[in-house]
Amino acid sequence: MNLTLKVWRQKGAGAPGRFVTYEARDVSPATSFLEMLDAVNEGLIARGEAPIAFEHDCREGICGSCGFVINGVPHGPRRGTTVCQLHMRVFEDGDVLTLEPWRARAFPILKDLVVDRSALDRIIQAGGFISAPTGSAPDANAILAPKEDAERAFDAAACIGCGACVAACPNASAMLFTAAKVSHLGLFPQGQPERWDRARDMVRAMDGEAFGSCTNMRECEAACPKEISIAFIARLNRDLVKASFRPRRAAAAAGV
Amino acid sequence: MSTETAVRPREGALDARVPPGPIERKWERRRFEMKLVNPANRRKYTILVVGTGLAGGAGAASLGELGYNVKCFSYHDSPRRAHSISAQGGINAAKNYRNDGDSVFRLFYDTVKGGDFRAREGNVYRLAELSGNIIDQCVAQGVPFAREYGGLLDTRSFGGALVSRTFYARGQTGQQLLLGAYQALERQIAAGTVRMFPRTEMLDLVVVDGRARGIVTRNLVTGAIEAHAGDAVVLATGGYANVFYLSTNAKASNATAIWRAHRRGALFANPCYTQIHPTCIPVSGEHQSKLTLMSESLRNDGRVWVPKRAGDTRPPDRIPEAERDYYLERKYPSYGNLAPRDISSRAAKEVCDQGRGVGPGGRGVYLDFADAIARFGEDKIRERYGNLFDMYERITGENGYKVPMRIYPAAHYVMGGLWVDYDLMSTIPGLFVGGEANFSDHGANRLGASALMQGLADGYFILPYTLGHYLAQVTPAGDDTRVPAFDAVRREVQDGVRRLLAVGGSRSVDSFHRDLGRVMWELCGMARNDAGLRKALAEIPALREDFWRNVRVLESGEELNQSLEKAGRVADFLELAELLVLDALHRTESCGGHFREESQTEDGEARRDDERFAYVAAWEYTGTLSQPRLHKEPLAFEHVHLATRSYK
Repeated sequence: MNLTLKVWRQKGAGAPGRFVTYEARDVSPATSFLEMLDAVNEGLIARGEAPIAFEHDCREGICGSCGFVINGVPHGPRRGTTVCQLHMRVFEDGDVLTLEPWRARAFPILKDLVVDRSALDRIIQAGGFISAPTGSAPDANAILAPKEDAERAFDAAACIGCGACVAACPNASAMLFTAAKVSHLGLFPQGQPERWDRARDMVRAMDGEAFGSCTNMRECEAACPKEISIAFIARLNRDLVKASFRPRRAAAAAGV
Repeated sequence: MSTETAVRPREGALDARVPPGPIERKWERRRFEMKLVNPANRRKYTILVVGTGLAGGAGAASLGELGYNVKCFSYHDSPRRAHSISAQGGINAAKNYRNDGDSVFRLFYDTVKGGDFRAREGNVYRLAELSGNIIDQCVAQGVPFAREYGGLLDTRSFGGALVSRTFYARGQTGQQLLLGAYQALERQIAAGTVRMFPRTEMLDLVVVDGRARGIVTRNLVTGAIEAHAGDAVVLATGGYANVFYLSTNAKASNATAIWRAHRRGALFANPCYTQIHPTCIPVSGEHQSKLTLMSESLRNDGRVWVPKRAGDTRPPDRIPEAERDYYLERKYPSYGNLAPRDISSRAAKEVCDQGRGVGPGGRGVYLDFADAIARFGEDKIRERYGNLFDMYERITGENGYKVPMRIYPAAHYVMGGLWVDYDLMSTIPGLFVGGEANFSDHGANRLGASALMQGLADGYFILPYTLGHYLAQVTPAGDDTRVPAFDAVRREVQDGVRRLLAVGGSRSVDSFHRDLGRVMWELCGMARNDAGLRKALAEIPALREDFWRNVRVLESGEELNQSLEKAGRVADFLELAELLVLDALHRTESCGGHFREESQTEDGEARRDDERFAYVAAWEYTGTLSQPRLHKEPLAFEHVHLATRSYK
């Protein structure tokens, strides 16, 4: 099949960007989307033009490196699928596809389809962990966790940190990302001691970045390649309310 | 410095300095012998950790907790993206929660046997000993392992073992373990003990007065070439299976860090021990950029078969039971479809070579769930493997519940890596190597669910001790890089980048990588022979020469330039490939993942030659790629007696 691609090209952070049109010829339906882009890039290199920069690594939908917007939808049209796992058989011959990077103030564009998502790491730094220094753990089976809780925790822990939720949100909120981590850890017995501070601190860190607020648009859930439920956002909001009635833990520095 | 830490390559045998005494007391003894660093002095020592996978992430976090000044480097945008994240199946631990006869000794035994008697006993025992602590640590961090209804942990069986000792988190065990380590690391970054350098690639090692003292990196966004000094360097940079181009590794996984360290004096051990994983989705065409693993756990319920008759192109449901060959069950009745990876892979190749392969190109075998679905129902199979069936459907467009999956072996893991002693220190004092980047624990074949175990054992429980012992014997040198040695290496790296940009040829980096992969897969893949290896030794240098004449890297070195990143990595693969083939040529026996056609039994099984090859082959870079110098570390088997590995 043949496709027309309108790709956002931007030389670097702060540089002006624009859409450039490319033709993708003789694309096999068995190809993955990124392999189709590889072929386009090979053609560009042969013509002496700079290849399109895009992030990717595992190409198995788990590392969270890849992601851009295809015709307005983060990771493209197939639900629960990262762009690296999206295969060309879902498109039709003659399709025109617009590719652009995640658009969010908190994710500055570095080049073409590559953005800086380090704001997500900073949210984790604020409390997205259980303080369990190496060597201090009790026997694994000394901590009992009901299976249903562990399964629910897993549903939240499946987040790959790709940022599609932010890109999909009209407010560019990182609420689903934050809620997923708060819920994952807060559903386990070993996550209880830090539960309330974790919720408060992570939300504060999120607010300190250039993310917008959550107004329950539910776009994040629809775009999430791991299909993480917005029920976790409700859970985070409940934790935040409960946390507001509890005294803040003494300002012990994280770690050390 | 004490002579104890000075292990320089010498002629003759390499000494791994495994502590003497009974095997179950070695690690305890070593820990007691180790010198300690006063907690108040730890922050004066700078440790550079390269890589943030299970070994690097866990190591950096644990060293930060101890109070060292840690700098951690990753070429990814976030430490959470390291390739450990892709591991699916599980992690072994000798907890014996199942009461099925497991023990530290049995895990040790299975690992040494699974590695076809080419691993160091002392290291493997320690690994088995620490396996339980890893599960404890991960649970305390909130890793969501599978659980029973009573709230206790669940386990499953894996290839090469008859006990159920594999802890798992759906089909995403690596992801969850890595996120545990990543969160511990982010906690230390917040605490200020670890400074993280994302999007920063190590391009060389700095050795001062015979010790590892720093690294030179390229900032992948600005292109800045920078030097970082430290008192010790840890490489946890993963394996080099991408030397085959098509592999299950992530696209960026590369050998540059360990290869550069090798060129600076670190010995490279057993490069020819590569693992070909039996259950991957077959190649679908020329455009293929990587291969996708389907977890080995599928072999718990799936049956592997091909048609009995060569050239049988009927669809699978038209082939009657009597005309199918369930070859693993036929050849290995006791382990059946759970035979170890090396054996299953070779068996698949053998039936395809006989013209009995299925699917386009005839390079595939069926993995059939029909019997399991009939027995347990589709829902049960969906519950066990649903995410894998979904992934299979996304990639192939086929429904694995209705038609048998097609699978074929693919390059997956490397047992070879930089040589390390019992303390995980390379032959360059101060240079430590953890995880897949070192060679230590898996011998010639790694068992399923053991890579995660090794990465985390190295990171959480071994490196934090052994680095302390090393540092206790050196004076903190600070992080001053205004030493001539740093300038010299920085200039060399700068020149290397300029050289790649200056070639100005006509072929893309990927096209060379593909060509290299074809040579390696065909001539040095699942089966190797003298003539093929010699052919590869002629083709690789020619390809390398062509690369430096004809490669085209556009744009500049002062910006985000993905072609340039790839070019540096492929240039190093083109050198490493030659060493890999030389090692495969010199080892005329078959063992584990290294199968020499000249050395097989009458029924086609691998034939080891313990008389001549019961050693670790550690190669020294001499300045001439075609003439590395071989050092040998003899292997003694005092607890697991040398025997022909049988899974029949």
